Amino acid sequence: MSVLVGKETKLIVQGITGSAGTFHAKQMREYGTNVVGGVTPGKGGAVHEGFAVFDTVAEAVKKTGANATVIYVPPPGAADAILEAAQAGIRVVVCITEGIPTLDMIRAKRALSAYGDQTVLIGPNCPGIITPGACKIGIMPGYIHKPGKVGVVSRSGTLTYEAAHQLTALGLGQSTAIGIGGDPVKGLDFVDCLAMFERDPQTEAVLMIGEIGGTSEEEAARFVKANMKKPVAAFIAGQTAPPGKRMGHAGAIISGGKGTAAEKIAALREAGIAIAATPAELGKTLAGTLKK
Amino acid sequence: MKIHEYQAKEILKKFGVPIPKGQPVFSIDEAEAAAKSLIGETENEFVVVKAQIHAGGRGKGGGVKVVKGAATARETAQKILGMNLVTHQTGPAGKIVKRLLVEQAVDIARELYLGLVVDRGFGRVVVMASSEGGMEIEEVAAAHPEKILKEVVDPVVGLAPYQARNLAYGLGLHGAAAKNAAELFALVYKAFVATDASLLEINPLVVLTDGRVLALDAKMTFDDNALYRQKDLEALRDLDEEDPAETEAKRYDLSFIKLDGTIGCMVNGAGLAMATMDTIKHFGGEPANFLDVGGSATEERVTAAFKIITADPKVRGIFVNIFGGIMKCDTIAAGVIAAVKQVGLKVPLVVRLEGTNVDLGKKMLAESGLAVTTANDMADGAKKVVALAAGKAA
Repeated sequence: MSVLVGKETKLIVQGITGSAGTFHAKQMREYGTNVVGGVTPGKGGAVHEGFAVFDTVAEAVKKTGANATVIYVPPPGAADAILEAAQAGIRVVVCITEGIPTLDMIRAKRALSAYGDQTVLIGPNCPGIITPGACKIGIMPGYIHKPGKVGVVSRSGTLTYEAAHQLTALGLGQSTAIGIGGDPVKGLDFVDCLAMFERDPQTEAVLMIGEIGGTSEEEAARFVKANMKKPVAAFIAGQTAPPGKRMGHAGAIISGGKGTAAEKIAALREAGIAIAATPAELGKTLAGTLKK
Repeated sequence: MKIHEYQAKEILKKFGVPIPKGQPVFSIDEAEAAAKSLIGETENEFVVVKAQIHAGGRGKGGGVKVVKGAATARETAQKILGMNLVTHQTGPAGKIVKRLLVEQAVDIARELYLGLVVDRGFGRVVVMASSEGGMEIEEVAAAHPEKILKEVVDPVVGLAPYQARNLAYGLGLHGAAAKNAAELFALVYKAFVATDASLLEINPLVVLTDGRVLALDAKMTFDDNALYRQKDLEALRDLDEEDPAETEAKRYDLSFIKLDGTIGCMVNGAGLAMATMDTIKHFGGEPANFLDVGGSATEERVTAAFKIITADPKVRGIFVNIFGGIMKCDTIAAGVIAAVKQVGLKVPLVVRLEGTNVDLGKKMLAESGLAVTTANDMADGAKKVVALAAGKAA
């Protein structure tokens, strides 16, 4: 078992003929993901690097039975690509694109609410989701992952790699690793992923990686305290970040004195979550929770 | 992206939001002329001279003065223009005032607060209003959370008239003032959406003795992700308000923020870049910058990044921390080698490479003949750079 994606996943790539879409479609296929085709409006009917290309997501779904999509469409068209996928009945929508205007995401989320639980959005501005050995959707390097028992959920791409690498080295592996992205308005949040990991029989513990800005980590802390039996370890990036400055990610900003790492760490500790002092100790801290 | 008060007011005015009469000026002569013409036009001898910098708290710092007559306006402008204005938002270094806004003084009955922000929890724009005008909203939120009224806006509907009325009556306004305020809220929401703003604050929003409602101050911040479709905003950028190194970094699509420490950092990924700063601090060092070279940096961009870091005279050591995903370790190595060839290397350099093409990257650095200290992982690298920067052996 795993969450959201696995061997049964049939993936299409929106923006498959662009450079990022092409490169990662091939990488995902090499990893073993069942990539059944791609979408680029105006290029329907073509075969690109061995992938069937369709003009619309609806057509791709009809012809291939796709149940997941990954979006590499540039920012001006990315929110539209998300909605096209939802309308076509795709279950898991992973949006890699960085730089989507916030108001576009606000409108897209409003429109997505009409589909209820039928559509799950991951991202945008995220590395994607991987169930090691079964299905890699996104841009993460596949080889650092290994099938295992730790669920990983993170707002940061490269820190997720750091975590996966350490868990693999310790022999713990990952059940599924989910990058929820660095934008302020996004799809899945920590709480959604924690709930899925709690239900997943393969997952024995969860490693969450948060950062400054917003209150998602505080909400996660409350959720863990009230609803989770599995152990959770966490790291919060940005302890040295100055207030009022956007630290790369659109969502990583301390504003009005809110969203500091110290507040988040305090809330997580209070919920009984083990905190890694540095990112070098992500794996070790998680391993410590399993020994108890 | 931030803009000045007078620029935000000009935008609001275009959307029909009432603002006081006023004029931005850049010299003492212009200030006097602007005051003279305002006094003539409004038959009111009082004008306000306001320092224009990208920071709040200007009044408390001595950057806002109400004066009588054009001659006094001139004297005041002379004092404020060129002064180093220190407020709680500028930091101890302060900011040099280069622009002023000369504005008519108005008869204020009440001072209110209006703010529009993106609420992440709701994933929507929230309009906030408070009867405590002039106070920092964070202070009100801490001391009197019940005094902050909120309306969550459905993006399909926009700020509905009933929501605007809820806010106006909730603020205790009646009659013409309530009607004027509700109209203003709707216009401000329109301006927010049309310009892809991420923050819009009017503090204070004032009710005049005659029932009119005016934006006496205005602060707008825009969504950097939307600037591609807001071409007009680019002209409002004031480079004097931005750090030159940050401006240079932007030219190369690098995400860079200047800090006060001595250890320069070059990292891929925003989360890892923040975590690298944290780790340096954990081992007793102070980061000199945040720098995310991004996932798709070219050799040229890596070189530019390295030059920006080494240009900071406070930097005593450099830590390159890369976990290659899309970003390949050999690209980083090539960029670093090219940069050192161009600008030299005067401080210790510690490099930690992991991920895609790691072996090739390490080989390139080893064969380059550069004095590079390699690190096995992030903690190892941070310890080494902190020691070397302090003049100790790694």
